[in-house]
Amino acid sequence: MQRPLENFLRALRAADIRISPAESIDAHQTVELVGYGDRQFFKDALCVALAKTPDEVAAYDDVFEMFFQRDEFDTESSPEDGESSQPPESAAGDEAFAEQMESVPLAEMILDADGNELSAQMEQSANRVGATEIKFFTQRGYFTRRILDDMGLRDLERLIASLRRSGEGDGDDDNDGDATDLANRLEQGRRYLLDETRAYVERQYELYARANGENLREEFLMETRMSNLEHRDFDRMHKIVRRMAKKLATRYARQRRHTKRGQLDIRRTMRKNMPHDGIPFEVFWKQTKIERPKIHVICDVSKSVAAAARFLLLFLYSLHEVIAQLEAYAFSDSLIPVGDILNNNDVEQAIPEIMNAIGFRSTDYGQALLDYESGFMDDLDRNTTIIILGDGRSNFTDPRIDIMRRMHDRSKAVIWLNPEPETFWGTGDSEMPRYRPFCHVAKTCSTVMHLERVIDDILKSYARA
Amino acid sequence: MENILSGLLDQGYIASQQIATAIFIAENLTKPILVEGSAGVGKTELALASAAWLGLPLIRMQCYEGLDESKALYEWKYGKQLLYTQILKDKMGDVLGDAPGLDQAMEKLHGFGDMFFSEQFLEPRPLLKALRQKHGAVLLIDEIDKSDEEFEAFLLEILSAYQVTIPEIGTISSTVPPLVFLTSNNMREMGDALKRRCLHLYIPLPDAKLEEQIVAARVPNIEENLRKKLVAFVQMLREQDLKKLPSISETLDWARVLLLLHADDLTPALVHDTLNVLLKFEQDIAAVRPQIAEITRKAQQFGDHGYRIT
Repeated sequence: MQRPLENFLRALRAADIRISPAESIDAHQTVELVGYGDRQFFKDALCVALAKTPDEVAAYDDVFEMFFQRDEFDTESSPEDGESSQPPESAAGDEAFAEQMESVPLAEMILDADGNELSAQMEQSANRVGATEIKFFTQRGYFTRRILDDMGLRDLERLIASLRRSGEGDGDDDNDGDATDLANRLEQGRRYLLDETRAYVERQYELYARANGENLREEFLMETRMSNLEHRDFDRMHKIVRRMAKKLATRYARQRRHTKRGQLDIRRTMRKNMPHDGIPFEVFWKQTKIERPKIHVICDVSKSVAAAARFLLLFLYSLHEVIAQLEAYAFSDSLIPVGDILNNNDVEQAIPEIMNAIGFRSTDYGQALLDYESGFMDDLDRNTTIIILGDGRSNFTDPRIDIMRRMHDRSKAVIWLNPEPETFWGTGDSEMPRYRPFCHVAKTCSTVMHLERVIDDILKSYARA
Repeated sequence: MENILSGLLDQGYIASQQIATAIFIAENLTKPILVEGSAGVGKTELALASAAWLGLPLIRMQCYEGLDESKALYEWKYGKQLLYTQILKDKMGDVLGDAPGLDQAMEKLHGFGDMFFSEQFLEPRPLLKALRQKHGAVLLIDEIDKSDEEFEAFLLEILSAYQVTIPEIGTISSTVPPLVFLTSNNMREMGDALKRRCLHLYIPLPDAKLEEQIVAARVPNIEENLRKKLVAFVQMLREQDLKKLPSISETLDWARVLLLLHADDLTPALVHDTLNVLLKFEQDIAAVRPQIAEITRKAQQFGDHGYRIT
């Protein structure tokens, strides 16, 4: 029973459940303990040993059901379809062909309607041809064929053909009818077997390879320019971005302390050394707390960046979910705070709502900055980082560089992420070259990968400070 | 398995199949159980009930930020050490009196061994206490997510090998490994190393049937009809979009309150007055208040026709 369990663990890994060698040892011990007798017990026991978060428990349930699903070869429905046409005499008929049949065990199994035997046979064959190694969607046909060949489908087909031939033979011989009848039944069984095998391979693919495909797709999406992303990838994108934001947030959520060397913390030292009669054996240094990052994000959702805006907002939404001290604003020709919208809605609703409220208009950076200054600049202190997501194309309106300068002076850092490549900056109505001196960082950021790297850098700078 | 279920039942704890399985595996593989679930689903209660069932002492350690090993594991009894040195000062003279020189005196002192760093001067804290119980114990490390990450790392030795190392004395290992429960409220993600060493048990909010059994076991005096209704009410409340969903402990509190008020039926007015027992946030109460009549009416029906909720 070693092998099915190993396969099961592999399927679990494919479903994103972390299973290290230590866990697989646990799994084996657990199985030894509980045995295979009681399905529910077996399932619960392995679940306790392997799945370590509520998410993993859900994934585990799915994989378990799929993996240990054996749709028994439904012997009632298929080969027996012609039950009525199987009067006792046909047994005699079968005998006539017994010799031929003997050489084709598969045919015997079909006629015996032995479902268990068939499915067991199929699994053995599948193991022999290595069906669990399936990697790509396109391999399904190939593996189906290999399994069937291994089970002796060729022989079966040959047998059916020869039965047909003898059936079409002389005419009024009793055996002829039986032969055709038999051939028909075998044919039915063959078709049924084909379907079952196909379904089986499909399941193997779902279990072992699907995650591969998903990963491939996700990697591809990470590298794709945001403006080129398609609507249908939105869900997937949301998953990626959320995971990324969460990773960043957990890494930086802890309040960090930083030991200042050389400055004695007298209070703590005295208190700690009381047991030693006040003799300072253990010495404590003063520490400073490192504040958690405070971030203001200002996101351009105007016409010029319409394609990328959805994804910028998506990122904003995910970031908002995981970072407590984040203020979000969106603008095109004027600027509004969107923290409430992000707070109160699902991502599917929040993004269209923001777009409705402020999106798709022509850009006016000057006005947006003015709105920001008059409304929200008071929140800005020297621990705050401003992130601006936008292309800096302002339709030849006054860019209000003076406000930008004030923002620069008051904040810890101003970071400008622009979806356009750097060579385009300054062409047409782009004001990037004039804004740039007042940004601590100005970078092209066109893919999710970029985004992650930049945010990581920002948060890291806090950790070090 | 049956033993565990009925054993816990005797202690008034209604365990689901999963919970019983987890305890069975934990006992047999001697692994700690990490219990997760939202507040009030009976994580701590599980440990209490198991201890009572197994007849073992329960040793409980509440985690909090800044908890360190001197509070969790052991500490030297500094006061006693000082006192003893003072008292023994006089004896020193007698002991060392006949030693002619400093070297010999030193030699003699060595002969007495590390008197002051022996087990007599060791103040065992919960973890060490649990390891030293002769017949095993149930160790409950409550709300491990509240502790610092350093502390989590420090627990690893105990959780995997059931032993602790004290530099002055050596390694103390347990004769009978305790049954360890760790509970977590998901304040933060636990480290992978810790998770790997533990069995993981997630206790969800119970379904109507289980919840009703629990109420029946815990508040036995309540009338069956009212019990069905109030469970149905709470179940429906959980389908609402609330900040904090009411969990079992809230249901039990509510049942006790209703019993105290001698209520024999669930009326909107009654619910209105006692809603603050179930919901702990002002916004939640405000959100539910307009719907009280509706939900109560439905709960009434379920009370009359069984508890299946679709």
